[in-house]
Amino acid sequence: MTTVELTKKDTFLAALSPLQFNEDSYFEGLRNNAKNELAELDFPTSKTEYWKYTRLGKIVNNTYTLGQPDKIDITNFLIPNLEAHVLVVINGYYSPELSNFTEIDSVTLTSLSAAKKRDFEGLKKHFNQFTQDKKEIFLALNNAFHTDGIYLEVAKSNSVEKPYHIINISTGNNTLSQSRNLFIGNVGSKVKIIESFVNVGGEKNFNNHVSEFFVAENTHLEYNKIQDKKENNFSIATEQVYQEANSNFTINTATFNGALVRNNLNIEVDASNCETNLNGLYLGKNKDHIDNHTVVDHKKPHCNSNEVYRGVLDDESTGVFNGKVFVRQDAQITNAFQQNNNILLSDNATANSKPELEIYADDVKCSHGSTTGQIDEEAIFYLQSRGISKKGALKLMINAFAKDALERISIETLHEYIDAKIEEELS
Amino acid sequence: MAYTEDDLKEELKDKEYKYGFTSNIESDKLPPGLNEEVVHLISAKKNEPEWMLEYRLNAFRAWQKMVEPEWAHVRYPKIDFQALSYYSAPKKKGDVKWEDIDPEMKATMDKLGISMDEQKALSGVAVDFVFDSVSVKTSFQEKLKELGIIFCSFSEAVQNHPELVKKYIGTVVPTSDNFYAALNSAVFSDGSFCYIPKGVRCPMELSTYFRINEANTGQFERTLVVADEGSYVSYLEGCTAPSRDENQLHAAIVELIALDNAEIKYSTVQNWFPGDKEGKGGVYNFVTKRGICHKNAKISWTQVETGSAVTWKYPSCILKGDNSIGEFYSVAVTNHYQQADTGTKMIHLGKNTKSTIISKGISAGHSNNSYRGLVQIHKNASNARNFTQCDSLLMGDQCGAHTFPYIEAKNSTAKIEHEATTSKIGEDQIFYCNQRGIDTEKAINLIVNGYAKEVLNKLPMEFAVEAQKLLEISLEGSVG
Repeated sequence: MTTVELTKKDTFLAALSPLQFNEDSYFEGLRNNAKNELAELDFPTSKTEYWKYTRLGKIVNNTYTLGQPDKIDITNFLIPNLEAHVLVVINGYYSPELSNFTEIDSVTLTSLSAAKKRDFEGLKKHFNQFTQDKKEIFLALNNAFHTDGIYLEVAKSNSVEKPYHIINISTGNNTLSQSRNLFIGNVGSKVKIIESFVNVGGEKNFNNHVSEFFVAENTHLEYNKIQDKKENNFSIATEQVYQEANSNFTINTATFNGALVRNNLNIEVDASNCETNLNGLYLGKNKDHIDNHTVVDHKKPHCNSNEVYRGVLDDESTGVFNGKVFVRQDAQITNAFQQNNNILLSDNATANSKPELEIYADDVKCSHGSTTGQIDEEAIFYLQSRGISKKGALKLMINAFAKDALERISIETLHEYIDAKIEEELS
Repeated sequence: MAYTEDDLKEELKDKEYKYGFTSNIESDKLPPGLNEEVVHLISAKKNEPEWMLEYRLNAFRAWQKMVEPEWAHVRYPKIDFQALSYYSAPKKKGDVKWEDIDPEMKATMDKLGISMDEQKALSGVAVDFVFDSVSVKTSFQEKLKELGIIFCSFSEAVQNHPELVKKYIGTVVPTSDNFYAALNSAVFSDGSFCYIPKGVRCPMELSTYFRINEANTGQFERTLVVADEGSYVSYLEGCTAPSRDENQLHAAIVELIALDNAEIKYSTVQNWFPGDKEGKGGVYNFVTKRGICHKNAKISWTQVETGSAVTWKYPSCILKGDNSIGEFYSVAVTNHYQQADTGTKMIHLGKNTKSTIISKGISAGHSNNSYRGLVQIHKNASNARNFTQCDSLLMGDQCGAHTFPYIEAKNSTAKIEHEATTSKIGEDQIFYCNQRGIDTEKAINLIVNGYAKEVLNKLPMEFAVEAQKLLEISLEGSVG
């Protein structure tokens, strides 16, 4: 008899196999498709271009227990002074007890699992629509084994003032959770969402998260993502965005911590006159590894996209930025701008930057810039000549550099919170 | 009649390959196929010493284990490496007196506008002419000898200066570096060798001219330039091939070694047959070019790429010594169905190392033009500095321009700037010129000129003229 050695993937799948989902055949079918896909996929190696700068050993060599619903005190995770509907997801399960929101007629808001039990038109239309055929193992894992998350749909022509704050928490040690959100902004709507990814103590928790966004015609959707997982926790997050005509989508990503963070942001701009803003800030310390991969796919003419990602890297941390802008043949008169700036504060820190342009239309203005360096000596000197200590001047400059990246956050109190957080992290 | 961008596009569309003639020269050609025997045979034909054969065999064995790279942004049918002939030499290989050279060959050189003896006084360029795989004639050898400069074909160097060749070959591009480099290391037939002794400033431009003539052959030449301490050399390389329906393979290696305080300037005008308007035929240009800079040394690559159906080429600098400098200036033009994936690698290892990258891509027709570059600052490379600028110009809505830069910094004192733009000639730019009294034709020329000048200016005078001629329409017109 021959013994077959289990691959890393097999072990991973075995850990997930106890998960049972009581869903109707439609959703079960989707999960089965993903499972079939998984059979052909494997974890990326150093040879996989898409994962060139990120080694996944830490994640795939660990043994996990499946995340369970939990109850904790969330006061620490609330954003001070922020008036928002609060939704809590723990270890991939929605927690109705901890959530605190008021029902509004124009917004359908439930857990994803509850939404699947009711026959929402929007759900079947948009769920899993843009995450197929991506051939990404972590996406397929989530497609096949996601537990729960938030389903939020804003009705036509409604502008929702009060933002939604989702708190996505991991608890325990070696917990594997796979949360999943679906956000739908129907024609002419407007909504702002904040999602914080945090943890309570515990080590080596891995959250493989997916959010899908459907941004219909004339819709404004702002998504603010705060990643602040301490104590050697891992996250891989995928955002899949689909934009229709005249829509405006803004995402602000602030990563303050993370032993291994990988963000895959895919935006499909499939109609004219759209605006897309992608902003990010990553602050690396100790042995943090923060990897941001973004794709903006311009398929139709007259669209604008702006992308600014900034990193401050200290100690032995690594920052990775890989931004890709596609301009398809039909997407004439596209303006696409992409920028990545890094500051290295230590000789053991690493910045890897790969801003890419792939352009098939001629009447476009596309540019990108990438810099890696230090704070301008002359600027420091100028501040010193005004009586500010060198240390103070440096702090001022680095703070300004970092804060600049997230200028587009439109929620005042969130902005203040993030600015304070930046100062705290950099001090 | 006003000359508009559309006219220019028309002109571009019909630009035919000027160097597409074939020469009827009898040749000594090996039957197609590649195995160890062939490697032995090539080595025997060249009467090579044992160590050279060993080198080839090692490379061949490494090559057998490798797979063709597929990461580049180019598409082409798989090459059948067993269908190629790995050695082709003109039969009447002279012990070369100019009078003995096959008149057909002379005519070829004339057509190519290459200066040999008659024109040497005029042009002042020493030329090594590589026809198919074999070096045919090297001019000016005597005069260079007086200064101690060795400039000869690679096979001659193996015979006459084995110690130098043995010391430096494969030190920059190891045999197992990549698929095509390994293939070249196994079967390279000839090429050029150049050695500049300590403290000598080479008084003239050294030049190699490559030409593929035979059908179904691969051309595998090798260039090795060694600039000893404190020396300087400017080296030129030009290439053409006849128009054929089949694709031809060109897989060369260029190794540059700049020892302490030396400077090498390497310029290429690459005009291999790009295939016809339908994208049929053309040369596959898969070249490995790399230089190493020791202390205070400088290597400067300048390239004008107009030819080849598929180009896959990244002239690189390893900045090993402190204070060394690497430069890369490139204009790449693609038209019809050409595909280019080209760029550079700057590896900063030493302290205070500097690199500059200026890349100008122009795509027209159905072509795809990619810049792919790597800037790597290693941990000990304090105060390293890099500036990169890559601009792409698109002419027509069927072509593509792409940028894939890799920027890796591991030192906190590194300063890296990268900038890239993609656009077409702006209506507003033309309008601005118009309202200053410059007509559209001149305006386009002006913009195009300005676009490429930064790179063309880096070419040695003699070459700049040729390059400009070569880019006549495709550059002056389209680019901007």
